[in-house]
Amino acid sequence: MRWQTIKYFFREAKTSLRRNSVLSIATATTISICVFILGIAVLLYMNSGQVIQKLESDVEIVAFLEDDLTTYQTEELQQTLKKNPAVLSVTFVSKDEALARLENKMGEYDLLESMEGSNPLNDSLEIKATNPREVGELAAAVEKMKGVGKVRYGQDLVQKLFSATHWVRILSVVIVVFLGMAAVFLVATTTRLTIFSRRKEIYIMKLVGATNRFIRFPFFLEGMALSVSGTLFALVFLGLGYFYMIENVQPALAFLPMITDINVLIKMGLGLTLAGMALGVIGTFISLNKFLDV
Amino acid sequence: MLVQMYNVSKSYDNGVRALNDVTLKIERGEFVFLMGHSGAGKSTFIKLLMREELPTRGQIFVASRSVLRMKKAEIPQLRRNIGVIFQDFKLLENKTVWENVAFAMQVVGATSQQIKARVEETINMVGLSGRESSFPSQLSGGEQQRVGIARAIVNRPLIVIADEPTGNLDADTAWEIMELMSEINRKGTTIIMATHAHEIVRRMHKRVICLDKGCVVSDQQGVSIA
Repeated sequence: MRWQTIKYFFREAKTSLRRNSVLSIATATTISICVFILGIAVLLYMNSGQVIQKLESDVEIVAFLEDDLTTYQTEELQQTLKKNPAVLSVTFVSKDEALARLENKMGEYDLLESMEGSNPLNDSLEIKATNPREVGELAAAVEKMKGVGKVRYGQDLVQKLFSATHWVRILSVVIVVFLGMAAVFLVATTTRLTIFSRRKEIYIMKLVGATNRFIRFPFFLEGMALSVSGTLFALVFLGLGYFYMIENVQPALAFLPMITDINVLIKMGLGLTLAGMALGVIGTFISLNKFLDV
Repeated sequence: MLVQMYNVSKSYDNGVRALNDVTLKIERGEFVFLMGHSGAGKSTFIKLLMREELPTRGQIFVASRSVLRMKKAEIPQLRRNIGVIFQDFKLLENKTVWENVAFAMQVVGATSQQIKARVEETINMVGLSGRESSFPSQLSGGEQQRVGIARAIVNRPLIVIADEPTGNLDADTAWEIMELMSEINRKGTTIIMATHAHEIVRRMHKRVICLDKGCVVSDQQGVSIA
């Protein structure tokens, strides 16, 4: 493609944006609204993922050790567990520490005194699974190990949690995909309106011998310019809203950790910009094809 | 031979038979009037030459190339050999006179120098010097048609097809346009002009092809239509 032709494309796109300013603003606004809504959905998806990850990573197995286990045997048991790739971490909790935790939970009440100086609790190991979803299998394996008495990991609760998080994940993906499709449809409709108003121009271009590529290029440039400006506008509002929430709402909902890593948010912004550009280009492509068939 | 049509028929999906077994030839440099009532097949004839439509049956050759066998990617090349003039001018309202004419050269990839020289020359030829910066809405009907003619000839096509170019103009302006068309023809461009204007056809003494219900009912040279 010749440099002069490229210059012509850019000049045409610029002139057309200026001369069709009302429709250009309408298209950019539509893209902006679509990206804004899509951004909210993506942020919800990412944050729900973070909350789910946090909830799932809190799941742990407590393996109560038998009374007569020596320190050496306990240490050996921990080493065996740590070598298991399904185990993320193992923490030893002595019976005294367990009692102290219990007392802490119950307030000022002196449990040891009430039990006449004898601690009925066992030493235990708190085990976290590499994959929290395989906690059941790991618990069964731990239970069979020599020196381990009872194993507890809140089976019912964990199963309900995983079932809920599974559906939340699916629902978030469905919402994002649905909103993405709605955005493409909405942008395609708006660009069709823009292109429809210029169908005479396209028809004349075809009749004087313009190739489809020649006709498409300025429209694509316009689509890109409008989608980038629309997306940036949406990202500014999205960013302001999100950081306001982090500062003002997050402290009140400390148990729901929000994503604050700026790198992750920048990547999301770039992703949305690309999505916005794709929206503009796909919308233009869908709308333009109909008028090129002359 | 510039245009050859052999047994060309065209039926549309709604069952309308627009052309019926048309066979004709048009030589390089000819001026041909295409006459007939509304629905006689004049527009279809033009659309087939432009490859806007494909015939249901028959063969069409333009400059020795089969229009039927042409690949989609070759259509722009065909159209660069044909200039079209419309009854309703079909000018781009948001472009100036100069831009409307230059536009036809830009889409075929001409250089800036070529565009500048040729557009200026063509605008002069159609008598619109000094109106280069005007927008179509600021021009009279006749002037708008002159812009349409300039756009059609700026790429120096082999054929100019004019679909009722005087249909929207008063008699004097129509005659001015016809004089311009004659001048273009004198320079060697073949002209095919669809028209209802009997008076113009009578005074021009050129070849006249009459269509009726899609059939060629007469094809005579230099006739005077009553």
